[in-house]
Amino acid sequence: MKKLFLILAGLTALFLAYATYLALKVAPTDALQGDVYRIIYYHVPSAWTAFLLFFINFIASVQYLARTKASLQKAVQWVVIAIGVIGVIATFLPQVQALLPTGMRPSAVATTVLAIPAFYFLLGWKFPGDRMDMLALTAAEVGVVFCTIVLVTGPIWARPVWGIWWAPGDIRLTSTLVLWLIYVSYLVLRRFSNSAQTQIIAAALAVFGALDVPLVYFSIWFFRTQHPQPVIGGGGSMDPRMLHTLLISWMAFLCFAFLVCWSRFRLELLKREAEQAEAMESLVGAGTAAKASVPLSRSAR
Amino acid sequence: MNSLWAVTVATLVKDIRLEWRSKDALNSMLFFSLLVVVIFVFSFDPLAEESRHIVGGLVWIAFLFAAVVALNQTWARELRNQVLDAYRVSPAPANGLFLAKTLGNFIFVCVLEALMTPLFVIFYNLHVLGPAWQLIPVALLGTWALVVNGTFFAAMSLRTRNREIMLPLLLFPVSIPAVIGMVAGTTAILTGENSAHFYIVLLLTYDVVFTTASLALFKAILHAE
Repeated sequence: MKKLFLILAGLTALFLAYATYLALKVAPTDALQGDVYRIIYYHVPSAWTAFLLFFINFIASVQYLARTKASLQKAVQWVVIAIGVIGVIATFLPQVQALLPTGMRPSAVATTVLAIPAFYFLLGWKFPGDRMDMLALTAAEVGVVFCTIVLVTGPIWARPVWGIWWAPGDIRLTSTLVLWLIYVSYLVLRRFSNSAQTQIIAAALAVFGALDVPLVYFSIWFFRTQHPQPVIGGGGSMDPRMLHTLLISWMAFLCFAFLVCWSRFRLELLKREAEQAEAMESLVGAGTAAKASVPLSRSAR
Repeated sequence: MNSLWAVTVATLVKDIRLEWRSKDALNSMLFFSLLVVVIFVFSFDPLAEESRHIVGGLVWIAFLFAAVVALNQTWARELRNQVLDAYRVSPAPANGLFLAKTLGNFIFVCVLEALMTPLFVIFYNLHVLGPAWQLIPVALLGTWALVVNGTFFAAMSLRTRNREIMLPLLLFPVSIPAVIGMVAGTTAILTGENSAHFYIVLLLTYDVVFTTASLALFKAILHAE
């Protein structure tokens, strides 16, 4: 396990270095913005990674809540399947296609919708029991880090290009900021909460946060957006070399995020096993504790 | 369904009677928001035209902070003498308790708003340019939005350390769309520059979504042990 981690870490470091090389040397300079634009190779992959992690946190939280009751779990499974099926069929109806922003391909939307059941069942299969909650915690923590990178690099780019650090009322900026605030409050809750009930409470907060994001988006509908339109699926055009660099950067960031999540997950696993062993020891008593202590799992060794 | 309403009404009547006798929540909320208003009056000295643009924000900041004072006391009363534990083991529907607490807080905050609004009018020389009756749906829906989430998060933060600090930390981020709706809606009505319909619909959507979510999840939160 440890060997594999080291090998992957080395490969990721190389991959990140290659992505940086592409971003700084190979990608052409933007005609309007000059070299400042190169920050997008950092900004956009971080944003995608953060949103993916928050999405994983949401799925994990729903699944954790659903597992409290068998009937509820069945119901949620069918709802998730229904979302997948209806979402895919709906994107190919002409009425729904008319609602999509120009240039956004229906197949792209259908793939995104399909990710919901796919993630739901994949995570449910891979993370049994309390591990689901650990996954939610890991995804939220790492997601907040990437979201912080987005919120820091954004203003650094905006200052020379827009002339202002921050555009108050901008739809993307505000919704990302609110997302960040919600997840920071999620982490604060987990830090301040007493051990046993934290998981359910935190999962409920994650669901509330996820419900909030579309409303934030809706609430600032009337405000003008200054943020550049999305380059992929949004109808924007981009130099193929730039797009190539952007996607490579994203892949490198994903590998990095995966590694960080993995080690954070293992840390959480060890922590909980140590806590359990401690509780066991105090229950059984010091004399017999050595024999009765919970054996460490394979991953923790 | 009958037992739900019976529990709701019984708890609500009990809470109102307790509040009527002690006036703990209302007095502290009233004095707190009075202080906020006075500090705002000293901080800003706007002309009548400017004040129309900023009062929407000031009013709701004052009410938001005051509501947190009341919300923090919601469950504290039930913790004494293990009332909440008794509730947990009883077969009474959990949502009845939640609805009663939410309605109780809603009534207290509405009373507070009714008493404080004239003060804002006096201090800021307000003269409403838009359709003034629309302030009522904005206020009612906005208050419900604050109170429904606030009651839920107050129940959530019961199990945490530093409970009093936890509530605003949880409530404010999730309330941002509602606050935007209240402030922008109030400003739209006060200045009469654009229609507040959009914000009323927004607040209504917010209320429906979060009332449903709270009712669906409250049982899990109450029994989280």
